[in-house]
Amino acid sequence: MSRDTRRRFISAAFVTACAAAVLLAMVPLAMILFFVVSQGVQALNVAFFTQMPRPVGEPGGGMLNALVGTIVLTGLAALIAIPIGVVSGIYMSEYRGTRLAAATRFAADTLNGVPSIVIGIFAYAVAVMPFRRFSAMAGGLALGVMMIPIIARTTEELLLLVPGALREGALALGATRGRAVLTVIVPAALPGIVTGVVLGLARIAGETAPLLFTAFNNRFLSTDLRQPIASMTVQIFTYAISPYEDWHRQAWAGALVLVTFVLVCSLIARVVTARVQRLRG
Amino acid sequence: MNPPPVSRLAQAVRDAGPTTASPPAKIDVQHLSFYYGATRALQDISLQIHPNVVTAFIGPSGCGKSTFLRTLNRMNDIIPGTRVEGRALIDGEDIYAPGVDVVGLRRRVGMVFQKSNPFPKSIFENVAYGLRINGMARTRSELTARVEESLKQAALWTEVQDRLHTSALALSGGQQQRLCIARALAIKPDVLLMDEPASALDPIATQRIEELVYSLKSSFTVVIVTHNMQQAARISDRTAFFWLGRLVEYDRTDRIFTAPVEKLTEDYVTGRFG
Amino acid sequence: MRNEFSFRLAVGACAVLLIAVVAAIGLELARESSLSIRTFGLRFWLTTTWDPVAGQFGALPFIWGTLYSSFLALLISTPIALGVAIFISELCPTRLRAPLVFLTELLAAIPSIVYGLWAIFVLVPIVRQLETITPDVLRSLPLFSGPPLGVGMLAAALVLAVMVIPFTSAVAREVLKTVPVVQREAAYALGATRFEVIRSALFFARTGIVGAIMLGFGRALGETMAVTMVVGNNPQVSLSLFAPQYTMAAVIANEFTEATEELYLHALVEIGLVLFVITLIVNAASRLLIWAMSRSAVPASPRTTTIAATV
Repeated sequence: MSRDTRRRFISAAFVTACAAAVLLAMVPLAMILFFVVSQGVQALNVAFFTQMPRPVGEPGGGMLNALVGTIVLTGLAALIAIPIGVVSGIYMSEYRGTRLAAATRFAADTLNGVPSIVIGIFAYAVAVMPFRRFSAMAGGLALGVMMIPIIARTTEELLLLVPGALREGALALGATRGRAVLTVIVPAALPGIVTGVVLGLARIAGETAPLLFTAFNNRFLSTDLRQPIASMTVQIFTYAISPYEDWHRQAWAGALVLVTFVLVCSLIARVVTARVQRLRG
Repeated sequence: MNPPPVSRLAQAVRDAGPTTASPPAKIDVQHLSFYYGATRALQDISLQIHPNVVTAFIGPSGCGKSTFLRTLNRMNDIIPGTRVEGRALIDGEDIYAPGVDVVGLRRRVGMVFQKSNPFPKSIFENVAYGLRINGMARTRSELTARVEESLKQAALWTEVQDRLHTSALALSGGQQQRLCIARALAIKPDVLLMDEPASALDPIATQRIEELVYSLKSSFTVVIVTHNMQQAARISDRTAFFWLGRLVEYDRTDRIFTAPVEKLTEDYVTGRFG
Repeated sequence: MRNEFSFRLAVGACAVLLIAVVAAIGLELARESSLSIRTFGLRFWLTTTWDPVAGQFGALPFIWGTLYSSFLALLISTPIALGVAIFISELCPTRLRAPLVFLTELLAAIPSIVYGLWAIFVLVPIVRQLETITPDVLRSLPLFSGPPLGVGMLAAALVLAVMVIPFTSAVAREVLKTVPVVQREAAYALGATRFEVIRSALFFARTGIVGAIMLGFGRALGETMAVTMVVGNNPQVSLSLFAPQYTMAAVIANEFTEATEELYLHALVEIGLVLFVITLIVNAASRLLIWAMSRSAVPASPRTTTIAATV
């Protein structure tokens, strides 16, 4: 084989290997989606969304308490994360070169990388131990802390993308810097910030570990923030490691609901981003 | 416009007598120098701008005319590392004195930019923005009235009166620029600074802007930066010629273009250099 | 100017709050593990017996399990993730690019509990089959010793690898984007094959690529649910892929609510503290590498993908 032929062969082999890697990576995705849909659909019915879990052995029932719980917990998390995240993002973009901005960015990236179970320990120490009780509040705190860096970094990036001409226009009309930021620049970046929030919600709605010893679980339907609360993820986990077939089926159904939610959020994010691009460009 | 570059003509015009007495200066700049870090971008500029007059700043690219314009409403403050020496008096008060309310200054000295920059809001909200943040309209009806008034002043009202609450970004380039002018006019500034407002527009839109500028003279003091000499000759009463950060000559427009005193000015207006 | 100052103060306070939260996490972890640290000292991490009922707290199996599973996951996922990144950024026809990127983002977005579900019910039986049909000649090696249970290190490493692939791939893609186009054009102009051009791009971006791999490693270290469900939950130190083992995150998840005595709780929190510190170091180091890489090249776009922004 001449040298040239050998080089070409290596190149072709390399390209094939990369394509194979893509296919290989798609296999688990396809498997997961296939099983989640095929197994989940079997147990998914109206009762799933409207009924409470039945005692072990009795077929049927649903995940109403877990659904409500997840909604409550993500709502709490958003309440904590959106203000802190957005305002921190404003600081990081407005005062970009300062040391505080750099430190905040570093802190946000660090927080992003903290394992979710560790955040659960933190929330336990801060919100469970003093009250000697698991609570939805503690679970919301854990999820909220996880959500902060996602929103902060997204907000920062989007604010930096707003054209400087808008800021100049606002300042020239006699706006103070803060006014210009809050009334022109942030609203201009709002679609993107909302997208970031939606994606953040999708991510934390699927979290289990930080809830295991903060929100814990609750057999009953509850919205009391000071009481433990059920959640989709913890319920799926409990069902999955149990020995009951019926519970396994419900776990798949719950997984289907979760994956659908995540998918819908991703699509919404893409549609909003595409629409904003078209409006701008 | 090809003025005869003859010194005898210049002499004749000068012999015709002094200009008519002008009212007290609206803007009085005294020995202003401007620094980007260590670089001296504007050198010792002194001139007086009179009220209800259109003053044009002309000069080749990079001569400092836009930079100088921006010193008049302290827009250069937002660029880090800049410094000003000298004084700029507006209505007799130095705007660079310590403790000056810059926000209030910018209310009185409005600005229109080279590339139109409407906010991504509705047409109505764009014009109302300045009114809202400066607390200039107390009731909804007052706000609506003033928005209408500004849009009429900017010769945009008839085109947008049916779609005030649609996005400003859907307007054409020329309409957006007129919207920006309306937005600036809404807060009733004394002075309107315009930084090459028509340079990004087609000839027809440019003509409308020029007519607009000319009509604003009666109510405002207008300072317009332009790289288009014919435009300066068409619409301005006085013209200042800048070169490499210095003010070379400042006089009535007809004199600058027919009988300039400085050779440099003469070379520029006759197109010997760009 | 008063207005400017108060705005900056208000907004800056929030930034300080964010930093305070991170500091608070570290402080709380240290506080709630102090008893264990004082009681056991370094012995904690060198002893292998974990029997809280009998009062024995040896955490070596957990750190072993975490590091071993993450290392194996890295071994499996890195070639695939890099292959995906290279394919999408260099070799892919333009029309395929957006859908492929979407699919990798989907892979990253799937909640770990769903991965765990799939791992328990689908992956483990497959692994059990593989383990059963392993020839005896391999069985004699310590790497493949032990009964074919299905659950164990191999299953955990596999599910971790799948979860890490989209992260490493997304960051690697971003890193490859910062390689200046002129580099590639020059190489093609010299008659290089696609492989050779990509190889030189990879070399140029090697710091960032290493950073991307480390980021994946950090992700694997902290993963809890999917691993807990299939690792076997047996605190033993073993080289065998077939052996059920335990990770730091898994033991915390499983035993935290049962830790009724203070010492037990503190021991678990100490494990959490060390996990926190390890992931902090790995993530910071990887971000440093990626940053160092981007400094030497022209940044391609100010907008990183959401995935990259979330690591």
